[in-house]
Amino acid sequence: MSAVNLQLDENNKLRHFLSIEGLNRDLLLRILDSSESFINITDRSVKKVPALRGKVIANLFFENSTRTRTTFELAAKRLSADVLNLNISTSATSKGETLLDTLRNLEAMDVDMFVMRHGDSGAAHFLASHANPGVSIINAGDGQHSHPTQAMLDMYTIRRVKGDFTPLRVAIVGDILHSRVARSQIMALNTLGVSEVRVIAPRTLIPSYARESLGVHVYHDMDQGIRDVDVIIMLRLQKERMSGALLPSEHEYFQCYGLTEERLQLAAADVTVMHPGPINRGVEMATAVADGNHSVILQQVTYGIAVRMAILSMAMQPSSAGREV
Amino acid sequence: MSPTISILHARLHDPSADAERVTDIHLSEGKIVAIGDTPAGFSAAQQIDAAGHYLISGIIDLNTRLREPGQEQKGTIISETTAAARGGVTTVICPPDTDPVIDTPAVAELIRRRAKQSAQARVLSVGALTRGLAGEQLTEMAALKSSGCIAVSNARRPVRNNLILKRALEYAATWQIPVFVNPLDHALNNSGCAHDGRVANRLGLPGIPCSAETVAVATMLELAQESGAHIHFQKISTARAVEMLHEAQIKGIHVTADVAAHQLHLTEMDVDGFDSNCHLLPPLRTLADRNALRQGVAEGVISAICSGHEPHEADAKLAPFPATEPGISALETLLPLTLRLVDEKLIDLPRAIALLTSGPAEIAELDSGRVTVGADADLCLIDLDREWQFAAENMLSAGHNTPFDGWEFKGYVTHTFFEGRMTWSE
Repeated sequence: MSAVNLQLDENNKLRHFLSIEGLNRDLLLRILDSSESFINITDRSVKKVPALRGKVIANLFFENSTRTRTTFELAAKRLSADVLNLNISTSATSKGETLLDTLRNLEAMDVDMFVMRHGDSGAAHFLASHANPGVSIINAGDGQHSHPTQAMLDMYTIRRVKGDFTPLRVAIVGDILHSRVARSQIMALNTLGVSEVRVIAPRTLIPSYARESLGVHVYHDMDQGIRDVDVIIMLRLQKERMSGALLPSEHEYFQCYGLTEERLQLAAADVTVMHPGPINRGVEMATAVADGNHSVILQQVTYGIAVRMAILSMAMQPSSAGREV
Repeated sequence: MSPTISILHARLHDPSADAERVTDIHLSEGKIVAIGDTPAGFSAAQQIDAAGHYLISGIIDLNTRLREPGQEQKGTIISETTAAARGGVTTVICPPDTDPVIDTPAVAELIRRRAKQSAQARVLSVGALTRGLAGEQLTEMAALKSSGCIAVSNARRPVRNNLILKRALEYAATWQIPVFVNPLDHALNNSGCAHDGRVANRLGLPGIPCSAETVAVATMLELAQESGAHIHFQKISTARAVEMLHEAQIKGIHVTADVAAHQLHLTEMDVDGFDSNCHLLPPLRTLADRNALRQGVAEGVISAICSGHEPHEADAKLAPFPATEPGISALETLLPLTLRLVDEKLIDLPRAIALLTSGPAEIAELDSGRVTVGADADLCLIDLDREWQFAAENMLSAGHNTPFDGWEFKGYVTHTFFEGRMTWSE
């Protein structure tokens, strides 16, 4: 059960959206093009299209999330789908229900699509490999594996600002080891054919085989790593990294890897600064940079809705024929 | 009482001549009473024409979890020894991490009695190295040995205090009980679920570095020298561990090692796609590690191949990869996976059989594993040329958790005898 077979149907149409891995450049570009058409809806007085009218989308969030869940909800509602929000961390699993039972129960309620965030890597693949025909799974983040809709909204943002991917040098700074966002961004950037992807972090936060497994250049020195890059993506630093002996302190992290206005001078003059949010000001980046004119952090959030509308509508199956009831 | 049986025209490897011959074997009262001519006064209640079939001593598996007592939803002594018989396995050696833990003679006796009533193979227990496997107090090893435990082990549980570990080894050495070790540094393991390599890095699976194994091997090798204990390393998985053990053996330290059969065929690449049947402990490692393990088997650093049998109920593997339970139901693939090494020209047939019989017998200090007159009639007949396809759904084990579903194998067990009784025939 490879990722490719699971995500695409026999006509190479999107069936589930689980990871960037296994999707080719054409498909990623189609998602970006489709997002473009949904961007305009946001500007209209009635921000709604009937694309998914009568469809039911369930948001299954096993991990807390405000931003991602909200943007998925907005995206689904703007497509006229009915939305169920299930906060699983306080319901089913605490009563001992397995993930598969949760899936079966909701399928029995004729849910057409599941948007799931889960703490275990591979959870979305697991769900997709057991879902009934006609039911689609959208990965809203699984463990440290993948967060493909975040990566696509980042790609959309980059294309919007930069136009062409091919000449770009992109640096991703922070906790690569534990980051599903970074893994998806790296795969998307490489699939879209950027010139170079760099990752910048201390050795404790970089996977052992980052270069071979992810196809990136590894830097431990921030000043060297961001030199001449066109895009800098800063990752959120989780507070628990300090207790696991991965870092000594937020202070030292900011000293060595924080993005300041001085450091920004080392990058290309028209560098774009991104962050998947939420930002720790003064830990990953200085406030002046986060709010500065290179930053597109709030655009990322806005675009996120359109990109998720595109993905939801592309992955929705036309009918629920063949579904077992 | 087992019937008298004559197995006729079987191919048998004679280690003293290092040659194969075709001969007859005669069984009575659970023993091999003659090889060759029928002894005077012997009348066989049953004759089996084994022409073309290869006869070996029954397989001794150093690492079988039967799941009884305590986890009968995963397997029982009956279900798993029935699977053993089908796999040509006549002796299974069980780790102490049952529930209750095998840390008193009473628990060892309970298992022995249940096995005596129902088992289709010899069930031998490994006693706990520390009480409750908690890593704090010694078990009554002399008593455990008297009640039939063939070794002591802390299974996969840590002994965090090296002073306690050293004393446990010294105490085991006092009673000349082998210590079975699953080399794992629990801090370095850090709740990982796959080899810390390219595949886990890409899939975002928490990684288990090689050092989680090799740091533990290094510690145990140092303590082995000082304590004089016979340390047997179970299911090693790294190239570096093979190298370290080789050096230790050259220095004359009494250390032995086995490897699980699946580690000689699969690698980290098989985890790709989040196949929970490849969620194993130790994890599947790199191709270089696999090749070093194969080399260790060929050169003798590793002197036994085990199954590492861990049957699971279906639900245990039906979850996202990190949330599934590690392990493989492996008794029924142990022999075919080992024979595959012969096909792949890594080892010859007698060496392959030794790795499953006399090799483990020596490690466990058992007086078995050879086809000789007077020995227990634990035997297995193999059709070496028969090609067949392995199907998980047809397994006799209660656990169908295997990554080998659909594999093509060559060499099929047609009959198994345990104490002179036929426990498997197709």
